[in-house]
Parts: sequence; C-alpha cells; structure tokens
Amino acid sequence: MRIGYYPGCSLEGSSKEYNDSLFAVAEKCGVTLEVIKDWSCCGASAAHNLNHDLALALPARTLALAEKQGLEEIVVPCAACYSRIAGTKNEISRNVAVKAKIEGFIDLKLSADVRILTVFEFLQKYIFPTVDQHIVNKLNQKAACYYGCLYTRPKEIAAVEQIENPMEMDEVIAKAGATPIEWAFKTECCGAGLSVSRTDIVAKLSGKIIEDAADRGAESIVVACPMCHMNLDMRRPEIKKQLKKDINIPVLFITQALGLSMGIPADKLGLNKHYVPTDKVVNCIVKMEA
Amino acid sequence: MHESTHHHADTLKSHVEEATGVILSHCYQCGKCTAGCPLNEEMDIMPNQILRILQAEMPGYEDKVLSSLSIWLCLACDTCYSRCPQEVLLSKVMDYLRQESIRQNKVNPQAKDILKFHQAFLNSVKMNGKLHEVGLTIDYKLRTLNLMQDVMLAPSMAAKGKLAVFPHKVQNTKEIAKIFKRVSEGSHE
Repeated sequence: MRIGYYPGCSLEGSSKEYNDSLFAVAEKCGVTLEVIKDWSCCGASAAHNLNHDLALALPARTLALAEKQGLEEIVVPCAACYSRIAGTKNEISRNVAVKAKIEGFIDLKLSADVRILTVFEFLQKYIFPTVDQHIVNKLNQKAACYYGCLYTRPKEIAAVEQIENPMEMDEVIAKAGATPIEWAFKTECCGAGLSVSRTDIVAKLSGKIIEDAADRGAESIVVACPMCHMNLDMRRPEIKKQLKKDINIPVLFITQALGLSMGIPADKLGLNKHYVPTDKVVNCIVKMEA
Repeated sequence: MHESTHHHADTLKSHVEEATGVILSHCYQCGKCTAGCPLNEEMDIMPNQILRILQAEMPGYEDKVLSSLSIWLCLACDTCYSRCPQEVLLSKVMDYLRQESIRQNKVNPQAKDILKFHQAFLNSVKMNGKLHEVGLTIDYKLRTLNLMQDVMLAPSMAAKGKLAVFPHKVQNTKEIAKIFKRVSEGSHE
C-alpha cells in the first residue's frame, strides 16, 4: 500500500520537529511515506477568511496532484491542513456545481476520492500493528492530550469518535507508557490564527488550557497541531504574564512522545527545538524490563 | 448544509442565505453559540445577536453587522455549530460576512491588523505556492508598522532551525498565480 504524504508549510518551517519525529517513528516501523509532488499551501485560515473559492481551490490542487500521482490515501499531520483538505473534499464531493467551478480554477480534474488520514489514523493503521516490538521505554508521566478545534469540529469532518471528549490521542499516549489525564480543556480553542495579530487573545485562551492542565497534575501536554504547539510553547512568556504564574509544562508533538517510547534519541525527535525545556519529560522516562 | 428555497431579495440577509445555504430563521435564539464561544468576552456583538440582527432586518442592520469586530474575532472553531440544536453553520455565515465587509469597505478599525495578517499570508502563498513564514512576518510588519513586535523571537527561532530564510516554492509559481487570478475574476475559460 502506497501512503501519500502532505507535510504542509509549518512542517517545513516552524514545526520541523513534527515532520522529523513522524518520519523517525515511521522509519523505525519500516513504513515509507511518499510526498505529494509539488504540493502547495492549503490556504489555512487566511483563505477561508478572505475568499471562499480560494479556500477550496488551494486544497483542491493538492488533492488533484495526489490523484495524478496514483495515491489513494494521504496522511496530513497538520490539523489545520487536515481541516482545510478534508473540508474541501467534503464540499466538492457533495456539490457537482462547486466541483466543476473549482476544477476550472485549478485547471485540473478531480474525483475527490483520496482517503485523508490524520496522524492518529495513520498511527493506528500503520504503526500500531508493529509498534509493540519497538517500544523500549515507558514515558511514566501524566500527560494532558490536547486536541483543540480542528480534529473535533465541524462534525462532518471530525477525525474523532466523541467530539466533546475525544480519546484517540489518549490511546497513543497510553501505548507510550504515559497516563492520560481527564481534564476540561481537551477541545477548547488555543486562539490559532490570531497568534501574531492578537497575541493578547491567544495568551488568554492558551493560558486557560495550560492552567487547567497544571491544576490537574499534568507533567506534559501532547498535541498534534503546529498552531496549538506554537501557541502553547512559543507563546509561553505571554501566557505566563497573563496568568501571573510560572507554569513550565512542556508541550510535545504526539510523534515525539511515541518516538521517545521507542528509544529514538531526543535530538532526532527535535525536542531541542522547543521553547519550554523538555528535560523534565525525558527525566521521567524509565526503561522497560526485558 | 440546506439549500435555501426562499426567493432572494437584494438584501444582506438574502445574500447570506444564498451564499452559505444557512436558513437564518432556523435559529431560535437559545444562545448556546454565545455561551460556548471562546471569544465571547472580546466580541462587540454576541454570536446569537449577529443571527438575530440578520433575522430582524431592522433599518441599518447591514452596517451594524459588517462593521462589527466580532466577525473578525471569530476563529471558526465551530464550537457553536457542534452544539447548535438547529445545526446553524454560523462559521460559514461569519466567513461570508467578513468577505462582504471587505467588499463594502466596512472593516472595523480594530480588526485592521487581523485583516492585514490574512492578506500578508495569502500574498506569501500567491508568490511561492507555499507559506514562507519569514516573508509573511516581514510583509505583516510593513503593512501594520508593528516593526518591533516579536523581534526578540527571531534569533532564537533561527538558532532552533525553525526559520527558513529562503522560501520553499512550488515548481511553477505561475500556476499558483493563475489560480489566484481566476478566482479573483470569478470565471474560468
């Protein structure tokens, strides 16, 4: 089975460690990913804020290229890209007139039947069957799995079974030997695309998330979205100012957490690229007995 | 989505219904959208009120909605939609109102930076086919003149290998420029 891969812009830039840790985990399990040739940006929040047609045309181009490459399935690890691409597929496949219009814009034919996998679905389907033989460490810590908006809403493209209390990431984290906690902010919004233009709002929203995780004893927060990561990690100074509290819980990508349990070195997983130091996470880890 | 069967008068309300497929009268003002909205503390008009204003069509309602700050603060997190007993897709209404507020030049002054960020973002995609974060940051700073904002992040991001100085590009950037052009002309040969 060929597995297509859409990294998205963040994974080539500010969230490179998400990309690197995903590849490290896949490599360990002998799974190969095939990048969609000449993929382009999904348009993110900017496109759907400013131009509905553009918000459909940009992801549609990538879907058409995946089809041209003969890919029946693509993995989209960024939550925002997933949301835009799955949303576009949903809208195009339900409305023939919209499909024809968008095909005209991109000058490419589309059948829009490519399966789109989130990172959880990818891990479940391709990594879980062989992962047990590669797990050598227990993360041995309480982890707050943070899903945010884009995996859980809108319901037409939700990548989780229970939209108010998703468990998909919790299952991955339990495999890695961490204890997922129950908490109230699993699916609240971090402020996403206002990170630059209204940092004050992001500090408020992300602050509530960090504070609840801390109150419930989380030793790490685990995410699967570059925007969530940026807001919870890189914006920590603004969050601390907003909370008037010094909360230093590190934020890991789900693939970094799983990679640590597989004994992949921390620097290969890009843990050194974070703002909030991750030593505490690494120090909790215990070797599994043979 | 529901296809509206109403006949369409030339009003903002009917344009919203036509463009989004949302039937505004489905909202019975329970207020769940506002109760769950993460931005409700910051908004000038609450989400359920946006719908009420559109339903009631009191004189001058168009400007009230189109020049509100709320439509720009909406993050499209869809918490409202997932809890709405009537399944009103409010985020799609918000998307439409933003686009209309630009067309009619009624963007709330306090929302100018938010709009400029989106514009700088799309400009970067238009030029490269992919977002170039460094280019976006510089473009945004020039548009807003918030020159010093986040300046302290640059050296640490560079040290962590999070900054690509040169943009990653698609093979043929003209192809992307063409998509932008066709979309803006709203037509295709």
